[in-house]
Amino acid sequence: MTATALDTPPAGPGDKPPAGRGAARKRRRTGRGRVRRGALPYLLLLPALLLELLIHLVPMAVGVVMSFKELTQRYIRDWGEAPWAGLDNFRIAVDFDAPVGEALLRSFFITCAFTVLAVGFSWLLGVTAAILMQDAFRGRGLLRAIFLTPYALPVYTAVITWSFMLQRDNGLVNHVIHDQLGLTSQPTFWLIGDNAFVSLVLVSVWRTWPFAFLVLTAALQNIPREVYEASAIDGAGIWQQIRRITLPSLRPVNQVLVLVLFLWTFNDFNVPYILFGKSAPESADIISIHIYQSSFVTWNFGAGSAMSVLLLLFLLVVTAGYLLLTSRGRKAASA
Amino acid sequence: MRRNRLAATAALATALSVTAAACGGGSSTGSEGTNDKPKELTYWASNQGTSLEHDKEVLTPEIEKFEKETGIDVKLEVIPWDSLLDRILAATTSGQGPDVLNIGNTWSASLQATDGLLAWDDKTLDKIGGKDRFVPAALAAAGAEGRPPAAVPLYSLSYALYYNKAMFAEAGIEEPPATWDEFVDVGKKLTKDGKYGVAVEGGNPVENSHHAFVFGKQHGADFFDAEGNPTFDSPEAVAAVKQYVDFLANDKIAAVGNAEYAQNQSIKDLATGKAGMLLWQAAGSSLKAHGMKPEEYGVAPVPMQSENPPEGQNVNSMVAGINIAVFKNTDNLDGALDFVEFMTSNETQLALNSTYGSIPPVKEAQEDRAFSSTDLTVLREVLSTTSAPLPQVPDEAQFETLVGDAMKELFADAAAGDEVTTESVQKRLTEAQQQMQK
Repeated sequence: MTATALDTPPAGPGDKPPAGRGAARKRRRTGRGRVRRGALPYLLLLPALLLELLIHLVPMAVGVVMSFKELTQRYIRDWGEAPWAGLDNFRIAVDFDAPVGEALLRSFFITCAFTVLAVGFSWLLGVTAAILMQDAFRGRGLLRAIFLTPYALPVYTAVITWSFMLQRDNGLVNHVIHDQLGLTSQPTFWLIGDNAFVSLVLVSVWRTWPFAFLVLTAALQNIPREVYEASAIDGAGIWQQIRRITLPSLRPVNQVLVLVLFLWTFNDFNVPYILFGKSAPESADIISIHIYQSSFVTWNFGAGSAMSVLLLLFLLVVTAGYLLLTSRGRKAASA
Repeated sequence: MRRNRLAATAALATALSVTAAACGGGSSTGSEGTNDKPKELTYWASNQGTSLEHDKEVLTPEIEKFEKETGIDVKLEVIPWDSLLDRILAATTSGQGPDVLNIGNTWSASLQATDGLLAWDDKTLDKIGGKDRFVPAALAAAGAEGRPPAAVPLYSLSYALYYNKAMFAEAGIEEPPATWDEFVDVGKKLTKDGKYGVAVEGGNPVENSHHAFVFGKQHGADFFDAEGNPTFDSPEAVAAVKQYVDFLANDKIAAVGNAEYAQNQSIKDLATGKAGMLLWQAAGSSLKAHGMKPEEYGVAPVPMQSENPPEGQNVNSMVAGINIAVFKNTDNLDGALDFVEFMTSNETQLALNSTYGSIPPVKEAQEDRAFSSTDLTVLREVLSTTSAPLPQVPDEAQFETLVGDAMKELFADAAAGDEVTTESVQKRLTEAQQQMQK
């Protein structure tokens, strides 16, 4: 990847980007001075790499080490001293017949359901809005700006507002549903009990879909208008255009988009934490909060780290599997 | 190409080990504090006033006096309750923290076990005037029994029953209830026309756990046995928790909406007349902030199970309060001790406690006339006669979370219309205990 970036001369304003994989491959083959300039990209990447190490990889490595330790409150001050626990923390976490493992497993399933729903709805909303806004019309810019607002708001401000709106007695949501429209006989609880799950999905979709919208809007710009015109002449209706032109053209973007949305949503800590506080209701006991509880609230950082490592492994496997599957599918499609 | 990649990998590995080594350096913590920076102090204050800003306004003039006296520059940070413990844990782990800090006194034994706080042995206590200056009950809530305290008491609080005088008069109630039977009776009389007998903070685990403790004591339940092992689901504990949750679930003297209260909405409900009673600690300044004048509410001790409860069960409050501690990794040990001495001096105690509506844990300061108003007299008497400290065991913090959460779920069940029975309470408490991972 870096080699491609290097050998491509810097794009001036008038330059066209390489048209496709074939062109890039050709440039790479004819590139000169590759070896001499080979060190440059690494040099340029070095600051970013160092920061990435410091901010992401080192804490991850430390977390993995912690997961093998019995790191309770007695040892946090000098955690080098904490005794090695071997696989004990993992054993407790995956012993699904025992209460701790059972709770973790339940939290895992809730998170899966939440992720599927939140990513599904976010993508569906994003793609629908992007397609509807593909053609220019009066007020399109304004609508786009409005749609992007949730994404532009700081997460804390936005979600704390939701938590106020979802309050049972004084919240705006119940005021509209119950007081004004009279749709429910009793004001509904949104933040405790089973509805908490619905609220979480709702707020998460509200937060995430503008990102899908943004990315897909950008992707749609790359589909040449002529293709649509040609298909219209051939008698294709709007549904056929969407199915046979738009969606296939969006495929590479979707592949990345869905993966990113999946990872963000599955790992999301901010939204549930701000919405429910330290202890999420059972129905919305998302795994990130669950792990936080298992480490910070019960002060057992070894166990919390073990759960995090399991989560990391799971996400790695899913990501690898997903990439393998989708890229194979794409190769098959382009062959 | 391959060589480059190899070189890059090597560079990465080097960088990784360098940074890892740098991180390792932070955790070498054996020292008992130094005096490397004698002119600087960082102080983490807890949120005692009506807002963080309010705290700053209250504390700054006092701190300025200290700065003038000693020439030490004090950096004040007021930290909200919901992040204070996390911040302390992070500071303990990294060794990078404040010099002096406030802790909730119920955390004392848990934090003592981390060994991150300076131990107040007799010699250290003598530097701030000796342990005899403090009320014994308050000092007992500063660490496990038989060990030097991990902190010294700063503000003392107790639970009390706050009630709306006008609503009592309207319902023809002359005396505040002294037993829970009377309490429920009064509550039923007050519950009508969209108003309720009592407001509870059902969605707040910490608040729930405090009530669990007091009801537990009254039923003869401790949530830990003598070895410090959890006994969350004993029959007495189940009865205690059920009695409290029943205010909403079966007695129906609390509004179902209370099940999700976690932002002190119950104080507002009392102040605005939506509920007639409230069990709270030092609610005075918050009630005032919501527009309720001191003459509009009465303060009485929290009810008991009977008029004359047996010895050991005559408890109607935890020893609530805030302790002040010195972080072991301080680089201004002498300055930190001076600051604690200043904060526990009679004058500072008088000024701060009277503003916050709390009781000074310093005996001499407590005798001041400022603390003889009716409501503070109630709090003071409860503290000195019928309060008990929460279990001072290392796992106490887990009790607050796990039992408090179980009660939150029970309130949620009740609010959703599910019946709350002895069995359902038992089940929740057993589940809570099973989460203790030992």
